[in-house]
Amino acid sequence: MTGAQTPAGHAERDGATSAAEVPAEYLLRLADDRLVLGNRLSEWCGHAPILEEDIAVANIALDLVGQATAFLELAAVREGRGRTADDLAFFRDAREYRNIQLVELPRGDFAFTIMRQFLFDIYDVILLEALQQSADVELAALAAKSLKEARYHVRHSGEWVLKLGDGTEESRRRTQAALDELWRFTSEPFLTDELDRELVAAGLAPDPASLRSRWESELSRILEAATLTMPDDSSVARGGRQGLHTEHLGLMLAEMQSVARAHPGASW
Amino acid sequence: MTIAANDQIDELWRVLETVLDPEVPALSVVDLGIVRDVSVEQDGGVIVTVTPTYSGCPAVQVIERDILAALAAHGVREARVRTVYAPAWTTDWMSESGRAKLKAYGIAPPGPVADHGESELVPLLRRRVAPNCPFCDSTNTEPRSDFGSTACKSLAYCNSCHQPFELFKPI
Repeated sequence: MTGAQTPAGHAERDGATSAAEVPAEYLLRLADDRLVLGNRLSEWCGHAPILEEDIAVANIALDLVGQATAFLELAAVREGRGRTADDLAFFRDAREYRNIQLVELPRGDFAFTIMRQFLFDIYDVILLEALQQSADVELAALAAKSLKEARYHVRHSGEWVLKLGDGTEESRRRTQAALDELWRFTSEPFLTDELDRELVAAGLAPDPASLRSRWESELSRILEAATLTMPDDSSVARGGRQGLHTEHLGLMLAEMQSVARAHPGASW
Repeated sequence: MTIAANDQIDELWRVLETVLDPEVPALSVVDLGIVRDVSVEQDGGVIVTVTPTYSGCPAVQVIERDILAALAAHGVREARVRTVYAPAWTTDWMSESGRAKLKAYGIAPPGPVADHGESELVPLLRRRVAPNCPFCDSTNTEPRSDFGSTACKSLAYCNSCHQPFELFKPI
């Protein structure tokens, strides 16, 4: 994101406001998942195990941050408070971030990064497939655009899960450990709250709970082929959508937002 | 629309054909299929409608600037770039001349976009094939990585002329 740019696309909406629109609050959920995960992934730039993977992870990070920008631009228009996408990215505190906790956890080892990515990517494809049917035409357009990218993201992370799980003893051990550690963060995307219920009723968004069975079947198929075991852990981490986060998000944002906050109003 | 207006639109398209993609300067923004429409308003202002290639493509903002600069250099006083997201950009919109220019530049052009239909998100056995080598036209090529130096490209290798090469990925 750059400070100086006019928000592409949404600054000029031809005055066409669709009757059916999701509120900024919902767009922040979509944007923040992408912005936070994109930042976590970008931490691998220059550190990934092989050059091709370094490039791959940086590419995926760029897609996610780009998608976040588009969702934030739309959120900025919809909230109508004169804030820009950059304001929303760099001048909200952790308490105002609406991402699921899964995406904010530190990147861990490569197995952890890949497993987290896979858990998110499956969810992302299924969610975007539903959102491209939204009665909110602007949201549907962004979802359809993002879906094209999410499809190759999930292929990438999924093929890595197969390689690592069905790989060496060490790669399998690390990948299973990552899955076990991440498991309690995998229910949150499928929790339904009041806002979700309103949007479902208006045909604007799917019920998160309805996405879970397909997510589980896609996941279990790959885990089985990768010789990995679905954890038996029923504890559930929750609260991200309401702004409750682990300590890790604040630390990540402190770094991500430091330049913009040190030089407010600067453009580059 | 009058004939004069049609001529003006044709002229504007010709100007846009001179605006090159900053990351793949073999192609113009028209070849790439990212210019979706050109129109002239009642007051003479020009509106160029574009659609982004990849969500995170850093070239998007440069392209917008270059389009406005090219139009200004051509004497267009009032112009703006409008971005639309739907329908989402696809490499199927790349022109035939664009594909030929890409190959001549050393990048294999994109094949047709696969129909995703009901297919599994992660195929257990993905048949991975690479296009013909853009240098020697050999079919003895293999994919190396789905990701390349820019969002729009992947990496492959030619077993005949032993050159790594890039391909424009179908999306």
